[in-house]
Formats: sequence, structure tokens, C-alpha cells
Amino acid sequence: MSFERYDELVGLVPTEVVTHSYVQDIALPEGAGVLALITLDNDLDSTKPTTLGPNTLIEFGRTLEGLKERAARGEISAVAVTGKPYFLVAGADLSTVKSVRSEHLGRLMAELGHEAYDLLSDMGVPSFAFINGVALGGGLEVALAANYRTVSSGANGIGLPEAFIGLVPGWGGVYRLPRLIGPANAVKVMIENPLSNNRSLDGSAAYELGIADALFEPADYLEQSLVWAARVLTGGEAAEAVAQRRARLARYDDVAWAGAVAAGRAFVEAKTSNAAPAPSRVLDLLEAGRTLSQKESAAAECAALSDLMQTPEFHATVYAFLDLVQKRGKRPAGAPDRKLARPVTKVGVVGAGLMASQLALLFARQLKVPVVLTDIDQARVDKGVGYVHAEIDKMLGRKRLSQDAANRTKALVSGSVSKEVFSDADFVIEAVFEEMSVKKQVFKEVEAVVSPECILATNTSSLSVAEMAADLQHPERVVGFHFFNPVAAMPLLEVVRAPKTDESVLATAFVLAKGLKKNAVLVQDAPAFVVNRILGRMFGEITAVFDEGTDAETADSALRPLGLPMTPFRLLALVGLPVGQHVQESLHAAFGDRFHVSSNQQKLIEAGVKGLWERQEDGTEIVPEQTLALIERGSTPSSAEDVLRRTQDALADEIGRMLSEGVVAAPEDIDLCMIMGAGWPMHLGGITPYLDRVGASERVLGKTFHQA
Amino acid sequence: MSLHIGTTSPRSASRAVRDVVFVDGVRTPFGRAGDKGIYAGMRADDLVVKCIRDLMRRNPSLPAERIDEVAIAATTQTGDQGLTIGRTAALLAGLPRTVPGFAIDRMCAGAMTAVTTTASGIAFGAYDIVIAGGVEHMGNHPMGVGADPNPRFVSERIVDPAALNMGNTAENLHDRFPAITRDRTDAYAVRSQQKLAQAYEAGQIQPGLVPVAGRKPGSGWTLNTVDEPPRPGTTVEDLATLRTPFRAHGRVTAGNAAGLNDGATAALLASADAAAELGLPVRMRLVAYAFAGVEPEVMGIGPVPATEKALRQAGLDIADIGLFEINEAFAVQVLSFLDHFGIDDEDPRVNRYGGAIAVGHPLASSGVRLMNQLARQFEEDPSVRYGMTTMCIGLGMGATVIWENPHHEHYGQDAA
Repeated sequence: MSFERYDELVGLVPTEVVTHSYVQDIALPEGAGVLALITLDNDLDSTKPTTLGPNTLIEFGRTLEGLKERAARGEISAVAVTGKPYFLVAGADLSTVKSVRSEHLGRLMAELGHEAYDLLSDMGVPSFAFINGVALGGGLEVALAANYRTVSSGANGIGLPEAFIGLVPGWGGVYRLPRLIGPANAVKVMIENPLSNNRSLDGSAAYELGIADALFEPADYLEQSLVWAARVLTGGEAAEAVAQRRARLARYDDVAWAGAVAAGRAFVEAKTSNAAPAPSRVLDLLEAGRTLSQKESAAAECAALSDLMQTPEFHATVYAFLDLVQKRGKRPAGAPDRKLARPVTKVGVVGAGLMASQLALLFARQLKVPVVLTDIDQARVDKGVGYVHAEIDKMLGRKRLSQDAANRTKALVSGSVSKEVFSDADFVIEAVFEEMSVKKQVFKEVEAVVSPECILATNTSSLSVAEMAADLQHPERVVGFHFFNPVAAMPLLEVVRAPKTDESVLATAFVLAKGLKKNAVLVQDAPAFVVNRILGRMFGEITAVFDEGTDAETADSALRPLGLPMTPFRLLALVGLPVGQHVQESLHAAFGDRFHVSSNQQKLIEAGVKGLWERQEDGTEIVPEQTLALIERGSTPSSAEDVLRRTQDALADEIGRMLSEGVVAAPEDIDLCMIMGAGWPMHLGGITPYLDRVGASERVLGKTFHQA
Repeated sequence: MSLHIGTTSPRSASRAVRDVVFVDGVRTPFGRAGDKGIYAGMRADDLVVKCIRDLMRRNPSLPAERIDEVAIAATTQTGDQGLTIGRTAALLAGLPRTVPGFAIDRMCAGAMTAVTTTASGIAFGAYDIVIAGGVEHMGNHPMGVGADPNPRFVSERIVDPAALNMGNTAENLHDRFPAITRDRTDAYAVRSQQKLAQAYEAGQIQPGLVPVAGRKPGSGWTLNTVDEPPRPGTTVEDLATLRTPFRAHGRVTAGNAAGLNDGATAALLASADAAAELGLPVRMRLVAYAFAGVEPEVMGIGPVPATEKALRQAGLDIADIGLFEINEAFAVQVLSFLDHFGIDDEDPRVNRYGGAIAVGHPLASSGVRLMNQLARQFEEDPSVRYGMTTMCIGLGMGATVIWENPHHEHYGQDAA
């Protein structure tokens, strides 16, 4: 048995949950003979996805070997693979792959997949995959290796997310997929979707692209797949239809292939600045694969996989994805027992500006409780309520809401110029001007009308929650509830505990956050909390080097190796220079000179300039002469390398302080905040794994954030 | 009795009774109830859904939105057989939301009552096309579980409590008809097994079966394409060794009675006009139906008065019936029917494909199985003009439906 050479992998992961390959012989209709049906099943319920580890693959490969022998003896006329309910197989077990700590073992793991999957594509009898559910990465590559595929219209989570996770679809996917669906669509599946919030396909979309030859409804999906397989096996119309459809969907030439690769490269550059190695490695394989045989491509794929498994970007992504987003994000550190939470049946929002209106919409849509907005005059109130209604109409127009749901949501949102409407509210959040005296006055007025138990929340981004609560009769009812803009899109919510905040108030805040479908992170009442403080420190460094004499291009592109979603100056322009400056000033006031306040930026604001860069008609961006004329700069420019290092060190310094101040419980919370609240890339692990890797934490703090 | 009045579809003031035809019927393979059965761990509603979907696939000229009703029977209407299973099955099968549905119960004659009730609606003009069927997952719903018989049954001697157990009523039937011996019932049971095996051999059963995928822990998906209960090759010697669980030294055994089973059925019925309009096949025409009550203690005799009543309505004699599909809850109950009408135990008109003793009896589903088989026999044997489906029902009832064979040369030529 050829799988003996993988014995080294058997004990690699003692905790591997093996997905078994159960075989049943099925007598097909229409005289099509016997089909050996493999069910991939880990014998656990549907909350535990089936995954691919070394023992799973060895069992799968040996099962296929046995079936190939049976096929040679004429006992079976076809082989098919399907999965337990809701999963074909969810993909490689990431915690397994993570533990492959040597290039040799990585290569062995890569080769094991190829050896097993190649058997499926060459059984001596036709092979089928019935994609009944989730098929991601190595899971979809099983299906791609089969000769024919059906997919359930009820399946979700179909894709090749390797580029997102830091790997390549290197178990044959990168070679087989473009040949099935054409190179342009293959780039969509292997590059664009993974790099767009790790999107995946549903069954219908997979069928439309040509990933599957036939689509059946879930109610009798397996039965119909077997009938279809019988028809394909007996030749005639069904087999002919498959051949014709494939020829139509996979029509391409060298030009189309090269064009797809080029488009993919442009997409990767725009999305990631090529800061992580995996996406371009996928495109390298795709490009080379055009002229390679499948065996040659397989060798290149194995090399790429074994390389990438050792990269820090891959390990940081697994940390960010598994440990943070999927685990810590769902069970926030420090959240009190949810049993302490109080019911929230009516919400008040103080203010009717843009932020307040966005909050009202979110609360009404997600919590489905009455939400009442107040402001100082009827015109503002009407504008706020009008904004919410208009947004609901937009969702209705895009069919994201039914007419009934739109009616319901609109009816939930009302406005008033009197805070009396808060008298029966359980939760009132203020989103008024970012000025302590204003906020204190608002809370005082609200406290005068609400019940003693009503929670008062503030959406402040930089003010002290404790001070805001100080003069209230019940300061323990105040909690910080810091959303990010745009509220509907950004998943992070910083929940701020002030020294007097009551446990049940905090518990309610976390339950509420979950109800709002936000990821809450518990932070202490420190200026600017987490995301804005770290961004502020970064802005401070970049504006400082600019003010010192570094040119805009060098300063703004120095952080390119991090692959941030936006350069600092562009992000500042998006936030709005006055807002950015205000935050920076408050950080400076709180922490002193390590938060640089740019006098040049102040000049731009005063001159009404919206941002440093200005887009030209040809699409390029420059700093216009008239903007430059406003600016006074020093004579000590820095190189890009210096700027990068200086910023790394500043971030390590600031995060080190935040951790020793106890702003959050652990560096994991910092990372979670930066991923969820600022969109910082997973291949940085948020930020602290990156700072460890580049030596910044060691340089500044004398120790790393994480154990090696 | 004249049902065959010139029919027109407008439901006008001059209301006419319309002809009802049996278009098509399917069933799942039947399974043995219990942990080892092929449907252990599966849901009853899923079994019905597979039948409905297969009916739709087999009749592609029928637009789903033309279905006016989905009537599904189940004896135990809780859990996976609850929640108005006709409606849930319609939704789960992907029929348009505009198609209504309901649940129906007459114990063993559930599906048969689903057919007669909706057929009456068609005749009346309330429906053009309906789906009627039944299901019983006796593994999920053992007989009588959750039932709460009124204590008055006992205190006022309305029903002998022993009559709530069907096996006891079969023994009672032996008491009433001493001529029906265990030797006769065992011999009848052996023939039922033989006839089913022959029908399978001849490919007469398979066309009406809907394959059902099932998955067992630790063994993966498989496809169920044949009935699980049959024990082909059973001999009278085998049966003679079986114990009599309902009465010491009794006569009723697991071998001469239907077992405990899981399965579902569904049929498509239409007005003759709608069938013609949509190009749907006509496999049988409904002639008459009747239900009758008998003493609950001998519920197996129910088919006798039901049949007499139906024949009377149809203006037919028992001699006019060329094919019988009688449900074999117990061999003694079939033989009591045959003896009453003077039909021989081995009469070739009776249960040509064998019966429930061999194939199984998932209570509320069985009526449509009888109809499917009669329809196929009509097709095979155009010399037969009329056929009958009949069954006994718990708590003392019988049900009989008389059908006309469209393949017969005189079909529709005179009133019947």
C-alpha cells in the first residue's frame, strides 16, 4: 500500500478528529451497475464540521485504492463521494496544518492530498462528487478531482479560500478549476472572493460557474444525484449535455488566461499591496499551470504549500481567524454572565445627527424594539427620523427587507424634541457633540426622566466615561458603547467599563452587542480606548515625519509592507481632517507629546482642504501645488525604512503601555479590535504578532507580546 | 347509482357530480420499524416529501400551482407526523405556497380516506387536482403511544379494552369463525410472501417505488430501493413454529399478520376534465366508496359491510369485481372476507402481488399502496372491468373503494 510513506504524519496531530470514509454499494437504476458511495463522516453532529487531517486523508486514499481494485475486478461501475448532512467536507483542519512545523512534513502533507485526490480522478471507472454542503479548500478540491460533480441548491460555503488563509489551493484546485470554469472565473473563486471578506459561493452560484455539472434541490438531492449519475454512466443525452456545457463554460485561450492572471495581480495589489505572499503565489501557479501537465503542476503546488505553511503570515492568519475571530470574538474576554443582563424593550437615542440616526436604524433593525430619537428642535428630529426611513426604503428597494419588515422597522423609529419620551426606555444612548459639558448636561436631563434602572450609554470616542457619569445620581448605570463608522458595516463595538459601572449594566451591554450582531470587546475607561488610540499613534508618526520634511509619497507609503486597507493620509481624508485632528488633540491632551498634533494638518483644515491627496483626471493622485504652498516643513526627512521602523516601534510602545495600564485583558483583544474595527489584515494577526515578528516589541519592550 | 353524469368544469348553479380519476401513485419502500430498520433515525415527513416530489417529476405536464389540496394521513399526529402534515409536507416538498394542505386520520384507512375525501371534493367541484397519501413511521410512533382512551370505554363497557389491541381482535375473529384455522392463515401468509416475491421478480412492484436515501451512524449513506419486510421463501413449517403473542395457544402470529412498519405513499387524483386538459394519464376511475362500522372487538370483519354498501351504491355484484386489493392486517381478517363472499383462499383475483403480510403495513399509508397495485393490475389485465380496494380499520370499521379499469373495452360506456 502506497500510503505507508505517510506514516510519519499519523501521529502528527494526536487530537485529529478523523473524518471517516464509509463505503456503501448502491445498485443504480437504469441498469447502470453498482456505484460505491463514500460518505465522509466524523460521526459528530452538524455543529462539528468534517475536516481533513492526515489520518482522514490516509483513510480516504486507502479506501480509494481498495475501490480502484474492485473497479479493476469489474465489481463496481462507478465511485462517488458525498458528506454527512450540510458538509461535503469543510476543508483542511487548520489547527492540524498549523502544527506542521517542518518543511519536510509540510511537503509530505501536500503530497498526501495529491496522492489521494489523484486516485479519485483515475479510478478506472467514472468518479462523481455530490457536493451536498460546505466544500471549502481541500474540501472542494476533493470534488474537483472527481470526473463529475453535482451540487445541492441548499449548499452554502463553497470556495477556495486558501489565498485568504495564507496558502494556495494546492491539492489540484489551482490546476483543475480554471480548466473547468475558465481562468477568469477561477481568479474570481481563488482570489477575488477570498480577498473580499472571504466570500464563498452557494450551490446555485457554483453550478452557474460550472464547478458542478448538475444542480438538485436539497429535499431529495442524493437520490436525484444518483439517478443523474446512472444516466451519465449509461451514456446518451445526459453525458452529452455535460460535455457540451463544459465546453461552453471553459472556453478560453492563451490571451484570456494571461488576462485573467494580470487582472488577478491587479486585484491583489489593490487589495493587499502584496503584503502577504499567498495571493500572488496562487497567481504564479495559475500562470505557470497553463503549460504544465497536472503532475508538473502538482509538484509546484506541493512546493508552494510547504513554503507557505512555514510563513509567519500563514500562522498569523490562523491565529487571527481561529483564535480571535471565531473564538475570542464570539466569547468576549471579561464579559459578565449573561444571566445578569436586563431586558431592553425600548431604546432612546439622544441626538438626531448622522451617527445617532445610524444607531437608531441599527437598534430598530436588529433588536426590533421601539427606538426614539430626540434633538433640540423639530427640524433636526425630522431629519434624523427621515434619514432612518430613507435608509429603510433603500433596503426595501434592494430587496434586503420585505415590505412588511420595512413597515415594521419604520414604525419602530420615532422622534421627539422632549426627553420625556425616554421615561419608559431601558437603554438610552447619547450621540451628541463630543464635548464633556454637553454630554454631562444630556445625561443629567435624561436621568431626570428615566427609571432608576435605565442604562445610560455613551458613544464617545475619546472622553472619559467616568467623568461623564460623575455627577449622576446613579453613575453605576453608565457604560461606554463605542461604535465605528459606518455603523452598519463595522463589526467592532468597544464596550467601556467605567470604575463604577454595574455588572448587570455591563452584562446587558454585551447581550445587546450580540443582538446588534457586533463583536464586543471589553475595554477600560482610558482615552480613545483601543482602535482610535492605536490609529492616533500611527497618524501621529506619519504626520510627524511629514512635518519634519519627509515627502508625502514616502511618508504615506512607508507602511505598505503591512498591507493596511488604506494609507494613513487617505484614511485621514476619509475620516475627515477636522475629526482626526480633534481626536489627535484629545490624545495629546491625555498622553502628551508622543501623540503628535500636526500644525500642517491644522493649516489644511483652516484652508478647507479635505485631504492631502487629490485625484487627477487620469486617476493618479498628487498633492496639489496650492496645498503644498500651505505647508511648512522641516529639513530632516526620513527614509521609508526609517518611517516604517519608527511606526512599528511607536505601535509596540503604545500597545505595551495599554497592556500595562490594563486597557484590555490581553494582546489578543488589541488584535481583535484592529481586525474588526480598523480592518487591519489577518496576515498581521491584527498587529501584535507582526510587531513580534519584525522585532519591534523586543526592541521597545525587551520582550514579545506572544510566546514563540 | 349514476355517477357518470356528463361533467363540465364550471361550478355553476346547476351543479353536476364530476368524474374522479386516479392519475398516479407512488410509495417509499416500506421498512421494518425499530432501531435496525432502514428508516431508523429518519423523519416521517421527509418520507412523504420524497413521494410528493416524485409524483411531480413523473407528471411533468402538471403545473404545481394547479394542485388544489394536499391531504396526508397519519395515525399519530405528533412530532414528525404532527403540525398538519399535509401542509408541512407541501411546503417541504417545494410546492407553491398557494397550495393548501391538511392532515387526516382514520387509523389504517388514513390514506384511503384522504383519497375518498379529496375525491369527493373533486366530484363536488371544489378541486380539480389533489395529492392524497399517508405516512406512518411506527418506529418513531409505536402504536397507541400517547393515546388516552376515555375511561368510559371500560366503565360503561362501550368497547372491551382488549379491542384496543389489534392482535386481540384478530384472535376474536378466529373465535367467531372456527372454520378459519391457523393452518389456513399460515398457508395464506406463505402464499402472500410467494406472490410478492414473484411480483418483484416480474418487476411489477419497482415502478411504483420512490428511492429513499438513508444514513446510519458509522456506515454512511445508502439508497433504499426495495421493501425491507418481505421474507421470501417462508414455509408453512417455518410459520408453524412461531409463538402466538396475543393469546396462549392462540392462532395469530407475527407470520400471519402484517408487521410494524415505516413508509409513506402519495397519489395524484384529478377530475376527468382536468386530466384531459393537462394530458395526465387515467389509471382508474372512481366508481363508489363506502365506510362501515362493526363491533370494535372484531374490527377485521369491517371490509364486509363496507363492501356490501359500496357494491349497493355502485349497482354492482361481488361477481362483477375482477380484482381485489385487500389489506392484509391479519390473514384471518382476509379469510373472513373471502369466506363471507364465497371466494376461495387461493382465488387469483385476490392480492395478485401478495399483501401487507409480506410487504408491510405502515398504518395510515397503506390505502394508496392498494390503489397503486390495482392500477398496475388494471393495466396488465384489460379484461377486468372493476376492481376493489378494501381494508379493515381499528376500533371496528371497514373501508371499500370500487374502481373502473380505463383499459377495459367497455370503459365509460354505460353507467356504473
